[in-house]
Formats: sequence, C-alpha cells, structure tokens
Amino acid sequence: MSLLAQKNTTDGPVLVGAHTDSAEAFVPDQSRAERTTSYAVADFPVPSGREEDWRFTPVDRLRALFAEADGTPLRRDESLPDGVTVSSISREEWQGSGAPKPADRAAVIAAARAASISVLDIPAETELTEPVRLVLTGDGVLSHGHTVIRVGNFAKATIVLRHEGDAQYSELLSVVVGDGADVTVVTVQEWADTALHLGQHDVVVGRDATVRHIAVTLGGGIVRLNTNASYAGPGGSFEALGVYFADAGQHQEHRLFVDHEAPHCRSNVEYKGALQGDSAHTVWVGDVLIRASAEGTDTYELNRNLILTDGARADSVPNLEIETGEIAGAGHASATGRFDDQQLFYLQARGIDEDTARRLVVRGFFAAIVGRIGVPEIEEHLMEAIDRELEATA
Amino acid sequence: MSTANHTLVIKDLHVTVDTDQGTKEILRGVTLTINSGETHAIMGPNGSGKSTLAYSIAGHPKYTVTGGTVTLDGEDVLAMSVDERARAGLFLAMQYPVEVPGVTVSNFLRTAKTAIDGEAPKLRMWVKELKQSMSDLKMDPAVSERGVNEGFSGGEKKRHEILQMELLKPKMAILDETDSGLDVDALRIVSEGVNRAKETTGAGVLLITHYTRILRYIQPDFVHVFVDGRIAEQGGSELADRLEAEGYDRFQTAAPASVTSA
Repeated sequence: MSLLAQKNTTDGPVLVGAHTDSAEAFVPDQSRAERTTSYAVADFPVPSGREEDWRFTPVDRLRALFAEADGTPLRRDESLPDGVTVSSISREEWQGSGAPKPADRAAVIAAARAASISVLDIPAETELTEPVRLVLTGDGVLSHGHTVIRVGNFAKATIVLRHEGDAQYSELLSVVVGDGADVTVVTVQEWADTALHLGQHDVVVGRDATVRHIAVTLGGGIVRLNTNASYAGPGGSFEALGVYFADAGQHQEHRLFVDHEAPHCRSNVEYKGALQGDSAHTVWVGDVLIRASAEGTDTYELNRNLILTDGARADSVPNLEIETGEIAGAGHASATGRFDDQQLFYLQARGIDEDTARRLVVRGFFAAIVGRIGVPEIEEHLMEAIDRELEATA
Repeated sequence: MSTANHTLVIKDLHVTVDTDQGTKEILRGVTLTINSGETHAIMGPNGSGKSTLAYSIAGHPKYTVTGGTVTLDGEDVLAMSVDERARAGLFLAMQYPVEVPGVTVSNFLRTAKTAIDGEAPKLRMWVKELKQSMSDLKMDPAVSERGVNEGFSGGEKKRHEILQMELLKPKMAILDETDSGLDVDALRIVSEGVNRAKETTGAGVLLITHYTRILRYIQPDFVHVFVDGRIAEQGGSELADRLEAEGYDRFQTAAPASVTSA
C-alpha cells in the first residue's frame, strides 16, 4: 500500500480516554536539540520519573539498569554471511567512529559497563543476499550491550537482531551507514514476560543512503527503545517501522527522534500497536526536528493503536519542531481506537466466526506495516506471533 | 439448487433499540413469509424501521428482539449467532458496508466462502468464478487486492456486496437500500447482479428500498409498505406504481391523525 493511501485512512481518528496527544500534553520548554548527550555517566542523574523523557516509564522497576554495576553479556548466536565480520574496538575508537553519544542514564551505563564494544562490519560495496542474524539470549541477570554496526559506502545489507530469554538489559546500538548504502535493521523483542530492556539505537544516515529501522516488540515486562536518526549528508532517507503488541502487565515504549540537519533528506515513521489485558501500557513518542539548515526536508510520522480490551492504556505523543519554512513536507498523525465492533459484525455476517473475524481485523490492522518489512522470515514469524497473542486471550 | 425450497418466516417481530432517551420500540409486530425464488420489496419512508428489520434478522447486537419469531426452514434464527445465521443461508447486503483496512477482498471472500461451505473452495474453480463475477459486475480486477471496502466509492461498495451475494449463494438475501447512492448505470449493473444470483441460486430476496427506481430492474412479486414499525399495506408490483405516483404521504399523515382527531 502506498504511503499516500495510508495517510488518507488516518482521517477522523477515534480518540478514546486513554489517548494523549501533544496538544493536551505539556509543551517542552526546550528544543529537542538541547537534550543532554554525553560519554560521562555523571552527566545523567538517576531518573525520578518526573523528567520529560522518563515521565511515562515505570522507573522504580528499573533501578538495576541505572546502577553503576557490572553485568554478564547476553549469549550471542550469530550467522554472518561472507564478508561480514565481528570484532571489538576500544572506547577511543568508538568515540571517533561517528557513533552518536549516549542520551540517557541507561545508555551511558550500557556504554560504560559493557564488557566490550562489538563491531559488526559490512564492507563497502558488499551486497548481501542473506540477512546478518544475531540472536541475543538472556539468562535472567543484569547485562549491558554495546554494539556498533558499520556499513560501508554503497553496501546493501539486512541485519536482524533477536532478543530472547529473560534479562535486565541495557544497550547502546549505533548504526553508522556510509554514502549510498541501503540498510535494513530489524530488532525483535521477544523476551520473557519478566525481562527489562532499555535500548538506545542511533542511526546515522550517510549521504544518499537509505536506512530502515524496524522494531518488533512482543515480549518483555518493560521494553523501552529510543531510536534516534541523524543524517551525515544530504539526500538521505530514513524509515522507521514499528509493530508492538502489549499484553496484561507489559510496558512497551518506543521513542523516536529524527534530527534533520542536512538538507534534502526524507524520513518516514510508522508505528502500530495493539493492546489487550489489564494494565497493558504502550507509549509512543515521535519527535521530529527540522533545523534551519534542513531545507527540502520531507517527513511524516504516524502512530496508531488498537485497544482490544478494557484496562489497557496507549499514550501517543507526536512532536514536530520546524525551524525553516523551506521544506517539502512535514506531517504527523496519531490515532488510538477501540476494536471496531462494526467490522466484527460485517465479517460475521459473512459466516466468519468471531475468533477468525477478530484475527482478520487485527492482522489487517498490522498488514500495511508488516507487508513492508521486506524480510519474509520476519513477516511470517510476526503474523504467527500476532495470531498467538490473540489466541492467548480468545 | 434452484429446485430447493426454503422458507423464511417472520412472525409478530418486536424489536427495541437503546438510545440516549431510553429504550425505543422500532419494530412493532412484523409478520412476513418469504419463499425461495420470491422477491419481496419492502418500501417505506425514512425512519419506518426497514433497516432495523434487516439488521435484526442478521443479528446485529444493537437491536433487541422483545417478541416474535424468525425461522428459516423451521430453524430458530434468533437463537443463532451472527455468523451461524450467515452459515444457515441468510445474507444481508448492507446499506453502509464497513471498511476492514488491511484485509484484502480476495482473502475476505475466500475466508467467507470457506466458512459458509464448511470447506475451502477448489482453487482453480474459485479463481475463475471470482473473476467472472467481478467482470459481470464491471468491477476492476485490482479491487480484489485492496482492503475490504477501503477507499471504495459508493458504487464499488454496493457492487462488492452483490459480488458476495453471487459468490456465497445464500438461501435468503436481504438487500438493505442497495440502490441508495447509485447512478443509473451502477443501479442497472447491480440489479442485473441480483437477478443473476437469484436465477442461479433460486434465493428468496427481501429488497428494502425507499424509492421505486430499483423495481424497474428487479421485478418484485410482492410489495409491502412499511410504516411506523409494521407493514401497513401489501400487494403486488402495482402497489409500487401507486407509491411512485403518490409517495408515502397517504401513510404518514394517517398515523398522527388517528391520535389527534379521535
């Protein structure tokens, strides 16, 4: 489905009580550009929950990840196509790699306490036909991860990161993409229900490069993923797609920040989530900053939430800051609605039983995004996982 | 199939709906029998309860049946869930078909056909039949890969409803203002689709309409005038001609007058 068609369907959003939009939320007293980023742990006090960037997060349950303590790395199984290497670099090399600095307490701790900094290198002009697959498994203990993915100029690659098991995990992941490269990074969170995961994913889009970051969050007790994109030169294109499904007791938070500084770059953010069960909570915050120098920017962000049962809460906050009028386009849409009984009636009136009808509607809700992931193994797995989530409560 | 005889019997049906102003009785004793192969037109002014009759038979949860019975070949329809009614052979072409984004028409139709028949259709036959029916209804083949009713024009939605009637082959089809919002060409195409489906399946048809226009294309065997939640008058197709000439004024002015002038 085209982006345009998708935009049209967001007209007339259904707002329910659990929805927050930017108009009724408080307006930040500073530009998004002024948030602290630093290599020093001391620059980030332990969050109280009153801070703008932590106000939705149950910080009390995350003490372990804010503490200056060493952990045990997650187990890592990797499948590397020819030409792709994994090595490690020093802190000095990392700081000179073009990877952005940590932007919150959890990320700076991850960077400071990770046993090593892993680097995944995809050399220039390499065109991978198979995805790079990394499976990270937790054993129920504190873990810190620090990874840099370097993609050379004009390389083409898909990288799939899967998170499983139980962990208290904080990570800093940087994806630094060379000029003209075409990269898809898929991060799948299928943790056990007790897992905690705080992640900062930075994407640096090279000149004329195309980068897609796809987040799939199904498991975990608390998952909070901050995805930040910036552009190293003009002509870059960034797309962030997300799918999440929160059950009773789960907190899933996705924060996106697209920082347009280079001119003539594009960004498109689309996240869709379903919620079911008591106290299921999802948070989506989409910040886009178009700086004065970013002429010709074209950006759009969309978040839709489908609330399947009472007692679930979806917060959705799009923020758009524009410092130049010379842009190609900028827009956002956010809608949170309940499951539409009219759709159910329509399908049932055609003989389709209620469970099947419900599954069709929810699959349909996600289809526009899932169909664009472009990694068949992930698309199929995801649809099956969504079916299982629905069956769990049927 | 056209030889099978089925009967839908509606007896003294009373239906209420909950509104902000409290519970309101919409159907106040409707009695009607429809046999296979018959076409019954239900005509009436806005607000007379025509659509309520259609949705009550289909089982929409908004409506509460407070009295009376509906049976299909003796089976108690009111005891069935919405999907059971459809599988029993009832079909409702809706006035305002619902959008189901992301569910493709082809997936939806195959799922519905499988549910109604109790087994998946043979793929080659099915594809052929779908193609033929869409072509008969002058539908763009690309529609089958679009989301159900998603971004459809009014005419496309109605054709899609009749496409389903042709493919699902119900015993009884209720068409709720299928003619509304259609231009003459679309009306003719949709009407031909109904006639075709009727001919091949021998279905009984309950045609709900505000206007007589569609009756030039679909010949009714019986015409029932619906006023204030019940059938006020019935006859053959000549009754439709009279309504065309006189409108509903005769029925509408009669009801309040009986209260005030008594």
